[in-house]
Amino acid sequence: MSAWQKFESLMAGLVVLLLAASLIGALLRRRVRSEQARPTIDNLNSRIRAWWVMLGIFAVAFIAGRDTTLALFGVMSFLALREFVTLTPTKPADHLVLSLSFFVLIPAQYLLIAIGWYGLFAIFIPVYAFLVIPALAALSQDTDRFLERTAKIQWGVMMTVYCVSHAPALLLLDIPGFHGQSALLVLFLLLVAQLSDVLQYVFGKLLGRTPVAPLVSPSKTVEGLVGGGLAATIIGGAMYWITPFTPRQALGMSAIIVIMGFLGGLALSAVKRSIGAKDWGTLIEGHGGMLDRLDSLCFAAPIFFHVTRYFFT
Amino acid sequence: MRPVGAALVALVRLLVGAHSRWVGTPPVCAQCIFFANHTSHIDTLAIWAALSAPLRARSRPVAARDYWDRDPVRRYLAVQVLHALLIERHRDARQSDPLLVMSEALEHGQSLILFPEGTRGAGPLPAAFRGGLYHLAMRFPEVLLVPVYLENLHRALPKGTWIPIPLICTVRFGMPLERLPAEQKESFLERARAAVVALA
Repeated sequence: MSAWQKFESLMAGLVVLLLAASLIGALLRRRVRSEQARPTIDNLNSRIRAWWVMLGIFAVAFIAGRDTTLALFGVMSFLALREFVTLTPTKPADHLVLSLSFFVLIPAQYLLIAIGWYGLFAIFIPVYAFLVIPALAALSQDTDRFLERTAKIQWGVMMTVYCVSHAPALLLLDIPGFHGQSALLVLFLLLVAQLSDVLQYVFGKLLGRTPVAPLVSPSKTVEGLVGGGLAATIIGGAMYWITPFTPRQALGMSAIIVIMGFLGGLALSAVKRSIGAKDWGTLIEGHGGMLDRLDSLCFAAPIFFHVTRYFFT
Repeated sequence: MRPVGAALVALVRLLVGAHSRWVGTPPVCAQCIFFANHTSHIDTLAIWAALSAPLRARSRPVAARDYWDRDPVRRYLAVQVLHALLIERHRDARQSDPLLVMSEALEHGQSLILFPEGTRGAGPLPAAFRGGLYHLAMRFPEVLLVPVYLENLHRALPKGTWIPIPLICTVRFGMPLERLPAEQKESFLERARAAVVALA
């Protein structure tokens, strides 16, 4: 199959899946009687609506090509960093560093992918930005909570820009026998990561009893993790035909995405707790903010990228 | 200048969010004087972008001529896009009376966006209010007085900086301020200031 045929089959499958979800949502809405269940169903329905929008955006980006995909991820990093900085106490002295992060680091990181400079892409933020941020901050001469403030900005940039950029960086990989199809690998990563989130949520709501880390995130349960994680891994394995992987390799890769995604969601929940917020924002109806949707990707993307790059190129 | 206005609203929302939230009252749609804390150069734009389209269409930001009339771009934005009422802040250099200009707009049924501190403060909470709000409130008893609190904008564009950093800023609109019978100017202004602070 060509990349286009794979893409069309995949989209057809997803549209059928979402149609089924919308139908179930509408039926539940009509049947629900109790007042406690209503908010849950409303939240489910707004999540499903948001999924239609997100699917549409990604389909358009895939069709429009590499540069549009990169621009889309650039905007996602921008919105995620905006949410992160909003909830992080910064001072006027951080103004220059923050301007640099938004208006220089984000475009530069995605530009490096666009021109295919892998070497600099991999070290630009962890080395250069890491050093420039405290240096510039020191020039503003505000030493109050200096380490805390710079560390938070470095952390936010690493998560929302560096880690997220590894998803579209998959476009850089030239995998033998998979030439010109790497965009499908981006879709594979996004799909498994997001399906894992959704299925963990669904399994958690249906069967959830035992919380994994109640102090960090009361909604994450062992039953949700195991049930949703296994289901997402199996679906990911079944999608081996859009990837360069064999069915067994696709299962393994999906498991990596699921586990890293879970850990990402957990770590960013802990950050949210420590800041005292429930959601990162209100951008996507029913889901919270951009970063609430990207948290699993932040951890899954770099690991998936490097495992693929090491073993398959 | 509809397309420029729409582009400006989109840009302001992308940079600073400018989400509107009505606290303790449903959104009003009558003639209002919106009065807010003043912390940055994008305050006017943020409130303007946060208003619903019909409210925005009849609202006129009250802005300082010495800032907005300084170069052609700002003048164009202020006059053609924001439909601002440019007033002269410095008493000695005045050619027109700000109160007269504002009264005229209110007589035409327009709403005002006003920063009663007169200048940007250093912190998020407003300093003492100047008297203009009181005179307008007395002269136009039927116009709603809506307190507005701009959250986070002092972080987005602190004094002395030029590039706004992207932050999600919320524009909180509060319950319209009541007029008390026989209230003195000072206590009215203090009550108005407290209404803004209460939204913080």
